[in-house]
Amino acid sequence: MASHEAVTLGLHETESMWAGGRSPFAVGSKKLGMWLFIVSDAITFSALLIAYSFVRVASPSWPRPFESASIANATVMTLILLTSSITVVMAVRQAKLGNRSAVAGWLAATMLGGILFDVLHLREWVGLIEEGVRLFKNPWGTPQFGAAFFTLTGLHMTHVTVGVVYLGVIAIGTKRGKYTAEDVEVSGLYWHFVDLVWMFIFPLVYLMSAKFA
Amino acid sequence: MHATVEHPAEHVEPKRIFLIVWGFLLALTGVEVLLAYQSLEIKVMLVLLMTLSIVKASLIIAYFMHLRYERRSLALVLMPAMVFVIAMLFVVFPDSLRLLWMSTQ
Repeated sequence: MASHEAVTLGLHETESMWAGGRSPFAVGSKKLGMWLFIVSDAITFSALLIAYSFVRVASPSWPRPFESASIANATVMTLILLTSSITVVMAVRQAKLGNRSAVAGWLAATMLGGILFDVLHLREWVGLIEEGVRLFKNPWGTPQFGAAFFTLTGLHMTHVTVGVVYLGVIAIGTKRGKYTAEDVEVSGLYWHFVDLVWMFIFPLVYLMSAKFA
Repeated sequence: MHATVEHPAEHVEPKRIFLIVWGFLLALTGVEVLLAYQSLEIKVMLVLLMTLSIVKASLIIAYFMHLRYERRSLALVLMPAMVFVIAMLFVVFPDSLRLLWMSTQ
């Protein structure tokens, strides 16, 4: 009876849905684990973005230090990150098709994008630090600006850097035949999430603090 | 040398849909940057930018992160819970207006 029900519902993977089944979401445990991590990390970043907005709204003035050059820099960073997402999509696709060296190649391209993103972002950081921005001090007043900016973008930069290392491990392991298509897909999920978070940091931190607007 | 020995018949989506989504994401980013150069009221700017960002995030989740192609139960377990928690984080937000009011008295 139970198995008949499962078949009519199209639930071939589960013996009985009401008994919990063997795989209620029809994904592997690694993928489910990564999704759960992503949800919790999304909440962490949301908390930081909301804290940033809270401090900004509560301050009578907020620095708008980003000139056209900084906005252009951040726009290029966004394009790089979006493009690195499509190279991960290609890596996952090649993994499903079974082309191990193509997977390593696409992942290497993605890592290059991540490194480029970090370099451009660090350039922005160094520029701000040279202008005198510190965690609780800056030339424009509202001392919390530095702490809010560096915490938010710093945590994101950490995620990008960790992602580059993660993808490197997966690329080498896949080439050697150690990892499967699922491992590549799970690392891809993480990378897309890092991209997704930037889609909120970019407008809130950079575009809303453009000097010329 | 097959990475897919366990699932040889796994379905692989066509490349085209991902390239189209990528194009949309680039275009929406362009719109956001153009908006930043307009002199709009900050509240209007915030609403417009956040709307575009949520659209971009949804595209990334649905297509790049493949959630659209997974079984519906996965999305139903993950997404409403996440949205609910994030919404709850806004509970203390109005206090920022009180702080602003106090500091300008």
